[in-house]
Formats: sequence, structure tokens, C-alpha cells
Amino acid sequence: MTETRVAARTGTAPRIGESARRPDGAPKTSGSFAFSSDLWHDRMLWGGTLRSPHPSARIRSIQIGAAVAVTGVHAVLLHDDVPGQKEFGLEHRDQPVLAGDIVRYEGEPVAIVAADHPEAVRMALEAIVVDYEVLAPAVDPMTVEEVEPIHPDGNLIRRIHLRHGDQDVVGDVQVEGTYEVAMQDQAFLGPESGMAVPADDGSIDLYVATQWLHSDRDQVADCLGLEPGSVRLTLAGVGGAFGAREDLSLHVHLCMLAQHTDRPVKMVYSREESFHGHVHRHPAQMWYRHHATSDGILVRVEARLVLDGGAYASSSSAVIANATCFAAGPYRVPSADIDGAVVRTNNPPCGAMRGFGAVQTCYAHEAQMDKLANALGMNPIELRLHNALEPGDELLTGQTITGTAPVAEVIRSCAEHPSAAAIALDPMELPGGAGRTADPEHVVRGEAFALGFKNLMFSEGFDDSSEAACRLEDGVATITSACAEVGQGFVTVAQQITREVLGVEEVVMAPATTATVGSAGSTSASRQTWMSGGAVKEACEQVRVQLLERVAAQQGADVSDLVLVDGRIVSLAGDLDVDLAEATSEPVEADVVFRHAQTWPLDDDGQGNAHVSFAFSAHRAIVDVDTGLGLVKVVELTTSQDVGRVLNPMQVVGQLEGGAAQGVGLAVMEEVLVVDGRIRNASFTDYLVPTALDMPPVEIAALIEQAEPGAPFGAKGIGEPPSISSTAAVAAAIRVATGLDLPRVPVRPTDIVFPEGEA
Amino acid sequence: MSTDPYLLRVNGTDHRVGDGRPGESLLWVLRERLGFHGSKNACEEGECGSCTVLLDGQTVCSCLVLAESATGCEITTIEGVAGDEGLSDVQQAFIDTGAVQCGFCTPGLIVSIGALLDADPDPDDLTVREAISGNLCRCTGYGRILEAVNVAAAGRRNEGSAA
Repeated sequence: MTETRVAARTGTAPRIGESARRPDGAPKTSGSFAFSSDLWHDRMLWGGTLRSPHPSARIRSIQIGAAVAVTGVHAVLLHDDVPGQKEFGLEHRDQPVLAGDIVRYEGEPVAIVAADHPEAVRMALEAIVVDYEVLAPAVDPMTVEEVEPIHPDGNLIRRIHLRHGDQDVVGDVQVEGTYEVAMQDQAFLGPESGMAVPADDGSIDLYVATQWLHSDRDQVADCLGLEPGSVRLTLAGVGGAFGAREDLSLHVHLCMLAQHTDRPVKMVYSREESFHGHVHRHPAQMWYRHHATSDGILVRVEARLVLDGGAYASSSSAVIANATCFAAGPYRVPSADIDGAVVRTNNPPCGAMRGFGAVQTCYAHEAQMDKLANALGMNPIELRLHNALEPGDELLTGQTITGTAPVAEVIRSCAEHPSAAAIALDPMELPGGAGRTADPEHVVRGEAFALGFKNLMFSEGFDDSSEAACRLEDGVATITSACAEVGQGFVTVAQQITREVLGVEEVVMAPATTATVGSAGSTSASRQTWMSGGAVKEACEQVRVQLLERVAAQQGADVSDLVLVDGRIVSLAGDLDVDLAEATSEPVEADVVFRHAQTWPLDDDGQGNAHVSFAFSAHRAIVDVDTGLGLVKVVELTTSQDVGRVLNPMQVVGQLEGGAAQGVGLAVMEEVLVVDGRIRNASFTDYLVPTALDMPPVEIAALIEQAEPGAPFGAKGIGEPPSISSTAAVAAAIRVATGLDLPRVPVRPTDIVFPEGEA
Repeated sequence: MSTDPYLLRVNGTDHRVGDGRPGESLLWVLRERLGFHGSKNACEEGECGSCTVLLDGQTVCSCLVLAESATGCEITTIEGVAGDEGLSDVQQAFIDTGAVQCGFCTPGLIVSIGALLDADPDPDDLTVREAISGNLCRCTGYGRILEAVNVAAAGRRNEGSAA
């Protein structure tokens, strides 16, 4: 048997478990990668959008005569010009493409313009006269259910009243708290942009940065009054997403302008417009009461959650489901009463952002766990370990965890990891940094820990699928998938999977477009490695089987005796050796639709097997706080995460570091300031995101690898957990440093210097 | 109304800008009139660094530079960073360390880091962080970018000691 060549690997291109480089790395570093804002067409016009300056108003009239007369203007379109369905929406079609007689948030699109130069677009937008009857906006989410509906669908978007276990249980020890999370912006760098190109046959091509081409396609087609097949969406280079590209923004507007002018039309939002042009993370107001035995076993959690959905529903109903289902964190809680509501207001619309409902409640439940540890006189890590979920445990929804849940491992590895944090010597490293304002005598250090989790993929019975095709020809594999690459590295992982299954070196990723393949589902919910990765894996496996059967038939060999390895088809006995390129001069193809395990809706008590799988993460934060100035420097973050299996170590690290940065931002600096329904800081001058000087090193204590059943290669999604527990850990560390309650994030300097009721 | 034609010297080549509108930024002219789309526009107010180019060797946010005022200067964009042999050491280090995710900030960061390493081939961590603190990245949390700088700097040190 010395001739057996089954396991020998001669190929060099990285496969599963290796740090493969991105296939788009060279164009992205050389500047030649075409983002959606880089599109160009010789005949193109520029588009622009007129937005409501009022959060609530009735439109009495719109005069467009002066705008049409501006030199270079080709079209000015209004609500009545929307050719098909007037409303769009991710889950509920409740948002007008262009406002009709009512505007419900500041920045709502009212009119669109196409012209031959952006300056002409701006002049035309300024020349449109809208007569508004300004109304008092409904902006308080706590009372909005009691006021006149601001939308025909009412002011309550969704309420889930989850009741689990014995409702009469009372704990020996109880702790209570109210918590608030402000509105966060995804702040992707590449602004909303795209280009629509009309075709002679009345169909249209839209090149756009998005997270889900097919959902966009279906909504756009309905709004244009076209069949879905007459609208082709192709992914243009995506400059980050983080949830903000799940909803339509300029999609229908571009297509309307292109159809009307019969010219390609390009549109790029400014940063200010981008703040108005996409949904944000829901602000949350939360009340909690935790019950435990005197030896630190959780017996009951009560919570009231109110999320502000803003003017339109977007994905609010799924966000409140996550907030409610995961309200108590990854702990065994036999009894719960969680009332979660997401309401409609005249504030900016809110929807998906990395973590999706679990970020808000993690901040609250982890504050509660620390409060409980304090009341019990118990180490907060010990309290978490005492109550950590394990496989076989029930969630608040009554669902039993059948997959992996290495919660204790995540906690221990993170908490026990040695810290490398030094005392700051350079003034640049003190709170306030380059301002050099900190007085070292006022600087105190705090260290704390937080744990979080959320579901992977879509829940509550949604028919979640991804299609992928593999074509193997002349030894080169081509993968076709409509999965939106938004920076997360699906294109890298898809190549690794293909090489792993087919033993090929060269893998071509075909463009992501609705024109050639069915839906890949959304690049959200940490789902694409599992879903589209799973589809790619199955498609490749089918190709492998077909190929081996073909070669077996040709060579008169037994198919069970053949293996595909490193560009050759060989027999286990060693008497057959065929070059893969030769064997695939006639292509082999397979097209697969991959689905995850079925889920079910929640019942009236919020109970049901609504979720597929879960991922857990922990963060330990060390902060320095200048108590005199209220400034915070995050000194170090340490993290452990349940990842199933690592497919690409380098990309996993990138997700963990990047997600933690967004969590740090929400903890200490990021807030969309909304006053009376108006955004007051719609710019990168006033909305602060962490810079390289704000971000601490992120120490990865452990990637816990336990292969998840049903997942390709056992790999869980990894994108969201880093943004969930990081905010809670940083806020907790500031609490430890200052001794303050800090019931709100982001923690502002005034919260530290002038704490309410504690001054 | 259009400006008188003027010349911009970009990556060693003179480009005539005719038919410009008064007040156009260098970023706009580079991208939309001269076709250098590698410099990105993400904030248009000098906060994010996505549009960073070199003006006579100094890093500037090209969105804040009046295009006509750059006549007579050597302008280096990301398109001018790669040499005849291919990608620069910083570009290659970005790919090798995972410093690229969505890539929108990448050209600006590579221009900034190239300028840093040209001026200081062995910068300490704080110096690097300060040098790139004008370049926002929303994907990476900067960890892999700092690693890319380390790799590129180490490469230059090795080259220096070998020579």
C-alpha cells in the first residue's frame, strides 16, 4: 500500500483553517477596486434627493417649475411618479418611496432630481418649493402608544410578552435597575451610492451596494411596477454595511430617474445625507428585576423593554424578538416575564445594526449581573459561571439548546487570561489623549467583565435559504452566489471551501447578481459563512460526486475506489491517475439551495423553537477614567468567543477586533443625538467613531472550537458577538473605576462628572 | 461659468483640467474629472482621511484642498503608490496581515502609512497610532492595520541592515 496517494497534498493555495488572503486584496489596496461610488458611464446623469426638514408635517403642495427650469436638469419626480407600489419595507411595506401628503421623519425623501452635474442637482433641489403644515412630532417612545397614530399601521410595531416557567417565583435576593442605550449609527465609510442603467426593452440594471440583492430586487420591482425578472441587481463594491444596507435607500429613486430620462443615473449620498438615509440601532429603555437564591442561583428575571423604531418598521419586529428572547443573557433562568415592545415615533427610523437587539439587552443584563454579584457578596465571574447555559438547557423561549454552548469555557478563558495592560506613562495614553488634559492624580483604573450571546441566522419560521452554483472546467472552479461581500470575507472563505472540497488551486468568484443565480439571503445575522458557505460546500460536493462517477464510467473503475485530491483523480489502489484539468475539459456543474434547520414562530407567551443556533462571547475591559474631566481611555480589551470552528484565523481576528471597536464606540462616544426628532450631529465631525488612538489592543484569549452540528465544517457565524459583550464590559469597567451606576451608554463625560442624584 | 484651464501634476504626469467649475475640491477633480477613483469620499470635511493624498510629500485630505491651488505641486494618489514591480511593501503588508476588509479606508491609510514610514522607518506604537488617527476605519478596529505597519517597517529594517 505504499503507493496510496489519498492524503498527499501538493497544492499550496490555502484551504479550511488557514489564513487565506482576500481575493480582492490587491485591487482594494491599489485603489482600482470599484466601489458603488466609483461607477461611471459616459452618458450618465447625477441624481439627488430633497428631504423633509421636519420630523412631522403635512405636505400642502409642491412646486417644481423652477427646479425643472434649472439648466441641465432632466427630471424632477414626486410621489405620484412612483410607477408601482408606493411603499417599500424589509418586513412591512410601510415606508413611502417618496412622501405623499405626510412626512414622518426629518430627512424623509420628498422629491428626486436628475441633472448633468451635481451642482445643477443641488440648484434644482433648492428650487423645489414645498409648502409644509408643520405638526408636533411624537418623539417619546414611552408614551407614543397613547397618542394619535402617526401611521395607518399604528404606533405599536410589535409587542412580545414572553412568559416562561412558574410566574409566582420570588428570589431571596432581588436587584432592580433601569437602563438606556442611545441611538448608534453604523457609520460605514462608503456612503450609499449606485447607478441605474435602463435597457431598451424596458428592463433595468441597478448596480448598488447592499446586503441582500434579491430582497432589494423584489421591492424595487414592485415599486417600479415591473416583473422581478425585469430588474437586475448587481453588487457594486460595498464600503461596509453593519446592518445599514439591509433596507432600500436610493434604489427605487435611481431606477425611476433612469427610466424617466432613459439615461444611466448615478447617485452618491453625502455623509450628512447618509445619516438620514439609513436606519440606525434602536435606542432602548429597559427596566429589569433579577431574582436569585442567596447562594447565587438565578430563579427569575423580569424586564420591560421599549425600543424606539422611529417612523417606519424596517426590521424592528425581528429586533424586538431578539431583544426579548435574549433579554436575560446566556444564563439558566427558570422563570421569566419579559415584555418587549418596539414602537413607532417621528424619530429617525431604526433597524438592523450588528448585534440586532442583543446589544441593548446585553448592556442591561450584564449590569444586573454585576449588581446581583454585589448584593450577594459574590465574585461576578463566579456568579456567571454558576448560571452559565449548557447544552440541554432551556432558553427563556422554552427552546432546548441542542447544539454547542461552551459558555463556561468562554467565561473562564477570558477571565483567566493574563492582562498586559501597563500603567500609562505617556500623556498621550491618558484619558483625553492628544488634548493632554488629564491630571494623572485624577485618573482611576477599572476592570470588569461581560458575557453575551445571540442567535445565528434568521429565526421564527422564516424560510431562510442560500443558492450557490459550482462549475468545474479545465481544472478551474467557478462559484456563483449572490452573497453580498461587504468586507466580511465571504469571498475568501468560499474559495477556501471550494479548494478543500475539490482539491483545486484556482477558484473564480463570479459577480454577485440577481441575473445568474437565486437568492443567497441577507449578509446579516452572522449567517453567510453558514448559509452561503454551506451552499458552496454542497455544490462542490455534488460536483465532486458527479465528476468521480463520470471518470469511473469512462475508466471502467469502481466509483467508491476513486478520490479527488490536489488536482488529480486517483484510485485508492493506485492504478488510476487522471489529471483534473483533463477530466473537466467537459465542465461539471451543480446548483444547490441550502437551508438551515427549520424554526417555528413564537407563541402568545413568547415560547417556541424559534432559533437555529447561538454564539457566545465574553469581553474583559480595563479602563482609565479621569474623574475630574469625565474622560475615559479604554486601555485593554480581552475576549473569548465560541466560533464553532475557525475557517480563516486571520479573518476571525479581524471580525473580533472590528466588532469590539464598534462596541467601544457605543460605550464611550457614539450617539446619534436626536432632539425633537432632529439629528443634531449628522457628520463625522460631530458623530465620533473610534480612531486608532481610541482603540485599545484587543487580546484574544481563546477561540473556543466545538464543531456545531449542521454548520459547514462546524463553523458558527462570528460577526456579531464581538459587538455585543464589548459595550457592556467597557461600561462595567467605568462603573468599577468610578463607583457610579452609569445606567446609560454611551457614558458621557457629564455622566461621570455630574451623575444624576449622585453629585 | 467655468474656470480657466489649469494643470495638475498627478503621479508624475501633467493633467490639464479644462471646463472646471470654480471651487471644485482636489478630491472631486481627481475622481470625477481625471478618473483617479482610488481616493475616496466618505465625509467631505477632513475627518475620515479616506481621500488622503500626498501634496509635495505631505499628507492632506484632498477634500479640503481647492483643486486649482494644487497647481505646481507634486500630487501622489494611491494609484501612484505601486511601483513598476507591483504593489508597495505597505500594500502587500495590508493583504498579508488581513488589514483589508471592506477596503474603503484602505487607499487613504496606505498613503498615510507610506508617508509615515518614509519619514520614520521605525516608529513606535503610539507614533503609528497618532499618524493614522486621521484615517477612520470602521471594519477592522485597527488591530490588523497596526500589524501591517509593523510588518512593513520590519521589512524596511531588514532591507536596510542587509544593504
